[in-house]
Amino acid sequence: MSPFRWILSILQADTQADRVVPPTGHTVRLTLFSAAAMAFLAVFALALSMATGRLAVRWGDELARSSTIRISAPAAQMDAQTEAALRVLSTTPGIKSARALTDEEQQELLAPWFGNGVSLAALPVPQLIEVVEEGDGYDPNGLRLRLQAEVPGATLDDHSQWRKPLIRAAISLRRLGTLSLLLIGGTMAAMITLAATAALAANAQVIRVLRLVGATDVYIAGAFVRRFTLRALAGGVIGTLAGMVAILLLPGAQTEGGFLTGLGFQGWQWVLPLVIPPLGAVVAYFATRAAAMRTLRGLR
Amino acid sequence: MIELDNMAYSYGGGELLSGVSLHLQPGAFHFLTGPSGAGKTTFLRLCYGDLTATAGAVRLFGQDVRDLSRDDLAVMRRRIGVVHQDCQFLDHLPLHENIALPLTVSGQASFDDSNLRELIQWVGLSHRARALPPELSGGERQRAALARAIIMSPDVILADEPTGNVDWEMSQRLLTLLIELNRLGKTVLIATHDLALIRAAKSQVQARVLRIANRKLQFAGADL
Repeated sequence: MSPFRWILSILQADTQADRVVPPTGHTVRLTLFSAAAMAFLAVFALALSMATGRLAVRWGDELARSSTIRISAPAAQMDAQTEAALRVLSTTPGIKSARALTDEEQQELLAPWFGNGVSLAALPVPQLIEVVEEGDGYDPNGLRLRLQAEVPGATLDDHSQWRKPLIRAAISLRRLGTLSLLLIGGTMAAMITLAATAALAANAQVIRVLRLVGATDVYIAGAFVRRFTLRALAGGVIGTLAGMVAILLLPGAQTEGGFLTGLGFQGWQWVLPLVIPPLGAVVAYFATRAAAMRTLRGLR
Repeated sequence: MIELDNMAYSYGGGELLSGVSLHLQPGAFHFLTGPSGAGKTTFLRLCYGDLTATAGAVRLFGQDVRDLSRDDLAVMRRRIGVVHQDCQFLDHLPLHENIALPLTVSGQASFDDSNLRELIQWVGLSHRARALPPELSGGERQRAALARAIIMSPDVILADEPTGNVDWEMSQRLLTLLIELNRLGKTVLIATHDLALIRAAKSQVQARVLRIANRKLQFAGADL
């Protein structure tokens, strides 16, 4: 059977077959609620996965393209060493631009620790030079050697020391998001299996009657499978929509807003959560079918 | 149709039936009798594959039950109408849907409603067609069970104490229905301990009487 016909056969209500299983409010509500809750969580796990992916790319790109040179020298030599460093940088291949931060910019960097209005003259603060790379970038080892020779107070920080752990952290977070999605899928399968098994056990008498009149296992299982699949689909739609609305209501992504403000979907990524309800229905279909066939085998 | 060949059935360490052989021929009418607990219901369940013989063979329409898958057996059961003593129904469905259940499960959802109405009328339940099973009397349930058993026009009808919960008049009506079906060519096997019913039937139809005693199946003599 093609996937399209398979989906159609599930969605098409076989009213006669569906009616042979008595309506049970208890399992309906449980399955609906479980599917909705799992879909809601899945939307957040997916959003986390997407956000961490973006974060890894951004950190990787932005930090890989910039470096900092710190000049620590006596006040009398500071300007001379800064100019020497800028000269070295201007003749280094792979460097697009280099500029010394102004006093105001350095004060801004220190503001979170010392407050506004701190006088740099009162503190032994090194001069910072911002370096922006181009093309394949520069050779950090060569630049270090040149700076060591020509600017004794200069230290090159190419961000590699802390860029790698950050990217590793972002990738780990992304893996965590993916793992969460898998766990949510597994939990949903387990819950649907439990609900389906309970429903089958509660309907042992119905199964006996159906067998007496010549119903095959596939027919009996089908009545339960269709019911649970459609419930999971309905719960999935509700949970996914609720999750998407909740993500929409989160504060907008701003550079100064920290990590959570960036949690969400961007552009085409908003389509991804829509996959959750049909995926949940597929999980429910296989979980219920396996539970039903297993139970029916034991009821000979 | 249904053949039992030196069949035995044991349960819980004890042998309930032993060395049972029988060949139900098309159009035959049999009664199965014996004391309570002798194994009449077990015998019927073995006849439609609900239980599996522990020795010997049970063949349904030429096929050994042990060689049939569960689904094959389910399809085979559509050729055997069963009336149970306790008349199991789906309590949430009205009577007419319960009677049509064999058609529904066999995928004949588009069956002719007029045939169903005729059948319900034949068993005298037209006025109760939309009632739920728990609302029916014992006699009504027995007649509904009979209607459900024959709606697929089975080759064989197995009835387990079909008159067990009804008065004499109703038991005569049910017996008449079963005799009518036999005259239409159906094979009928009725398990009962009601000897008066058997005597009443023997005046109307050529019936053989089987008896289960001491785990064996015997043909009863003319003393009935």
